Amino acid sequence: MAGPGGGSSDVQWCFSQVKGAIDDDVAEADIISTVEFNHTGELLATGDKGGRVVIFQQEPESKNQPQCRGEYNVYSTFQSHEPEFDYLKSLEIEEKINKIRWLPQKNAAQFLLSTNDKTIKLWKISERDKRPEGYNLKEEDGRYRDPNTVTTLRVPIFRPMDLMVEASPRRVFANAHTYHINSIAVNSDYETYLSADDLRINLWHLEITDRSFNIVDIKPANMEELTEVITAAEFHPNQCNTFVYSSSKGTIRMCDMRASALCDKHAKMFEEPEDPNNRSFFSEIISSISDVKFSHSGRYMMTRDYLSVKIWDLNMETRPVETYQVHEYLRSKLCSLYENDCIFDKFECCWNGNDSVVMTGSYNNFFRMFDRGYRQDVTLEASRENSKPRSVLKPRKVSTGGKRKKDEISVDSLDFNKKILHTAWHPLDNIIAVATTNNLYIFQEKLN
Amino acid sequence: MSEEVEGTRTLDEQQEMEDKVISPEKAEEAKLKARYPNLAPKHGGSDFLRKRLQKGQKYFDSGDYNMAKAKMKNKQLPSAPTEKTEITGDHIPTPQDLPQRKTSIVASKLAG
Repeated sequence: MAGPGGGSSDVQWCFSQVKGAIDDDVAEADIISTVEFNHTGELLATGDKGGRVVIFQQEPESKNQPQCRGEYNVYSTFQSHEPEFDYLKSLEIEEKINKIRWLPQKNAAQFLLSTNDKTIKLWKISERDKRPEGYNLKEEDGRYRDPNTVTTLRVPIFRPMDLMVEASPRRVFANAHTYHINSIAVNSDYETYLSADDLRINLWHLEITDRSFNIVDIKPANMEELTEVITAAEFHPNQCNTFVYSSSKGTIRMCDMRASALCDKHAKMFEEPEDPNNRSFFSEIISSISDVKFSHSGRYMMTRDYLSVKIWDLNMETRPVETYQVHEYLRSKLCSLYENDCIFDKFECCWNGNDSVVMTGSYNNFFRMFDRGYRQDVTLEASRENSKPRSVLKPRKVSTGGKRKKDEISVDSLDFNKKILHTAWHPLDNIIAVATTNNLYIFQEKLN
Repeated sequence: MSEEVEGTRTLDEQQEMEDKVISPEKAEEAKLKARYPNLAPKHGGSDFLRKRLQKGQKYFDSGDYNMAKAKMKNKQLPSAPTEKTEITGDHIPTPQDLPQRKTSIVASKLAG
């Protein structure tokens, strides 16, 4: 499974690949906005601000190099969403891909859902490796033959051709969201999925595009009374009636769709009590949850707020069972982080295959891993300097005190423009995909 | 806020000093208040959220939007060779005659 214990005490991470342009001049369209492995880990999809999806496929392990698992190479790329204009509100609708979710594979083709702020699309990615030849009414180049010249009949046959991977939109789920979609999640029934915007959550059937059910609506009658918004939502991995959604106030509500059609009343509410003495102007902003992810087991869920990662036991609503500080040294920088808007950055988080390690990103192209069992954490960096093939990543450290040790970096030297918001962990192996602003890094466990 | 009552003032001052030592967050809050004295005391729960709900650049109208998009396109593609065979309209075009479907504006650099 995920290495000996999967613990970060045993695992050494090596650089494997980096995708994207080297130059520092980043076009806005190239900013990576989402990264997602499929259920087997064979495929890795990325979405960007320009509305494009790029899918990488893992090469089968070669017998020549048993030390490393296969590399990821481009499998398919397509334009998923285009910029649109809402004529009624005179607002531009960004083509940026907010989320990609893979469907489990049912036949030869692969399916994924991709969404921008307003529209969700179901894409079919299929392979074509043979083509029919020998038509009676058409020439090989496609031109139609004069029917008068046809004197014999033949049966067209399939001939092999170079592999072609085609992506086609099979369903477009539009016009169901007034506000901006932040999450989509496929249900374990593999028939339905949810989409969540700032104030509402809708339930869709994958086959039906002209209607969806609204299952959560937190829009107040008077918008002046608005105090919180939905920030993320996810279905339970094996209970098809259960889903959770997180809020900008740091709460997570779990809902049971069996209870009622409209799940405005939560079944459970997870909230950590706050010490009123510690409350400040920034408290609510930094408590806003940017991501929520169930463990593969379905027993726990993880939330990411600005400074920490919390693990919750679904049986205990009163407080998290584990809390990990991602970059506590930023607490004394909140004023400047508010001024440069970094305090609103939405970091994601992810579990490893056996739920023993969790990972999330930080600034300066650093990312952090927390081993739940060994109670250890490590900070690593995704940079071109550490990109020699199979070179082991050296742990990084941020110095908080006055004295800065050699190899440490001081808080004031951190580059806040280099943020790692999106990371993904292979569902079975120790392979991770880490997205910097416009590059995708793939790291693998060092195998001996 | 702090009550200007004799006897409790020194306690409040003491609390503030303690806060600065104990809570870096409160120190940062004080810094922010010093720089922006007019910042609303409740950071505008609904103002802040409403701004978030309205994210997206507003244009005056669709004409304005299309002009802006045209300007962007000119900047992004200095050399855009689009070879289109002109259909003059003297015959009904067949699928073979039509120009190839225009591919995405620019391919992702991740696929390069």
